[in-house]
Amino acid sequence: MPNAPDRVLFQRILFTAILLLLPFAVDALLGRGWLRIVDFAMLYIMLALGLNIVVGYAGLLDLGYIAFFAVGAYCYALADSPHLALAFPQLFPDGVHLSLLIVLPMAALLAGGMGVLLGAPTLKLRGDYLAIVTLGFGEIIRIFMNNLNAPVNLTNGPQGISRIDPISIAGVSFNATQRIFGITFPSVHLYFYLFLFFAMLVVFISRRLERSRIGRAWMAIREDEIAASAMGINTRNLKLLAFAMGAAFGGISGTLFAGFQGFVSPESFSLMESVMVLCMVVLGGMGHIYGVILGGLLLALMPEILRHSVVPLQQALFGKTIIDPESLRMLLFGIALILVMLYRPAGLWPSRVRRRELSTDEKTR
Amino acid sequence: MLNSLLEITGLEVAYGGIQAVKGIELHVGKGELVALIGSNGAGKTSTLKAIAGLQPSSAGEVHFDGKSMSSVEACRRVSMGIALVPEGRGVFARLSVSENLLMGAYSRSDAGISDDLQRMYDLFPRLIERRDQLAGTLSGGEQQMLVMARALMSRPRLLMLDEPSMGLAPLMVKKIFETIREVAAQGMSILLVEQNARLALQVANRGYVLEGGIIALSGRASDLLQSDEVKRAYLGG
Repeated sequence: MPNAPDRVLFQRILFTAILLLLPFAVDALLGRGWLRIVDFAMLYIMLALGLNIVVGYAGLLDLGYIAFFAVGAYCYALADSPHLALAFPQLFPDGVHLSLLIVLPMAALLAGGMGVLLGAPTLKLRGDYLAIVTLGFGEIIRIFMNNLNAPVNLTNGPQGISRIDPISIAGVSFNATQRIFGITFPSVHLYFYLFLFFAMLVVFISRRLERSRIGRAWMAIREDEIAASAMGINTRNLKLLAFAMGAAFGGISGTLFAGFQGFVSPESFSLMESVMVLCMVVLGGMGHIYGVILGGLLLALMPEILRHSVVPLQQALFGKTIIDPESLRMLLFGIALILVMLYRPAGLWPSRVRRRELSTDEKTR
Repeated sequence: MLNSLLEITGLEVAYGGIQAVKGIELHVGKGELVALIGSNGAGKTSTLKAIAGLQPSSAGEVHFDGKSMSSVEACRRVSMGIALVPEGRGVFARLSVSENLLMGAYSRSDAGISDDLQRMYDLFPRLIERRDQLAGTLSGGEQQMLVMARALMSRPRLLMLDEPSMGLAPLMVKKIFETIREVAAQGMSILLVEQNARLALQVANRGYVLEGGIIALSGRASDLLQSDEVKRAYLGG
């Protein structure tokens, strides 16, 4: 019998190997289009984990979270596209093409700053009232992006910014097939590994935060704010920190999104997207990292699975498409939400249950 | 009053236009158990919140250990030694009992935290059985024990209890008050707010009667118990 640390190590190696081989498996079994969908799912997972800090840990209901994703996306779009050179030829005659390694921390900081900007005036609000203000904030950002093409053309308005440079780090472009150690890595594979790295980073930071003094203080605020301040917790600063941390993760995800997609426009950042990310957190299991990852994965993949199954199924049965998968998506999504709220109100994979299981395991061992 | 730990002068608390506390004088000496009694809406909770810094006062001064608290934020007051057990208990329902207790020591960074945790389990043996249980699943009485232990985890010099008997069965109330007596016997200064005036005055050294935001009566607890006014208004004749 292998002892516990060995088993954990073995599991970790196995898990890492699966993750590293995943793009090749998806590519071979399902096709390259599916790998692209998985790449997008990784971005959603990052977003959901970021929102989990605000909603899951600190208990602050945020309905405008996609705004921080937008801030990150526009950051990269402006810093790595011909747009600024076209709009302001005098200021940027050669255009701006900053490295991702510069844009990423900038975007995280800017998004974090926006998080504080949203947090500061809403410190006294909770629940529904906070949700309404954050919803408004999300819309304000989107409408800004939509209308900031005049008097100065900063965002190119509803047309959005196109021809964004693909991500490249240290001269290695992620938009081309690369051969490393004799293995061919197509572009979508490279993006997968890049997003995997950042998703792991977000998971790592989330885990450390969860078990830290800060994480415990957030949860205390979530449970009872008055009692939390009676414990000597500086509720103001910690709430602002939650907003800033969550927003920074959103900004990072947005930056990667812009580089991957090559195009950003305000319509990618609608209220529906905020609701989607919130649903990932709630469905998966608020405050539980693995639950949130599961929620993000499910909700990001579901529309694609539907698209690829509903139409062929209807074609085979009736010879024509009766229900559009897009409208079916919202129906199924609504049913799923209701079922989860009825039968698993803490989410599909909540944290406490698991911890309880683990502790009883230890006792019986 | 050299021995005063807490000294309140002319304290006023207002919510919008409504004045809940209208200028009160109150002091708690070192090692003293002081009861603050009064009916609903008399301003008891507001007074405690103002002392803890959770509710801004509109006038007056709070001195703790000789220092003015007017510019000290609530979170700093805890590390200075003021602990409040809020009304309605306020357990962190989805944290375990031990996590709740550790939150009590949030303002501390010394090495004695685990020893204190053990002391709390000795003081409240019920809590050690339920150490890994979520605090929200405890009974009302157990929750009251938990929040008292949690407040003690900050190693306070002044413990303020807001209605510890609220919503508890008589037997549990008795137990909670025994514990209060025990903690006081160890030298803790306590400011106890209660609606159950008889119980509060039985354990206290001194008492104040708050009525409509002003102190109507004050004195030794045993004298107040005998006072006709208190008897008529709070002890049922």
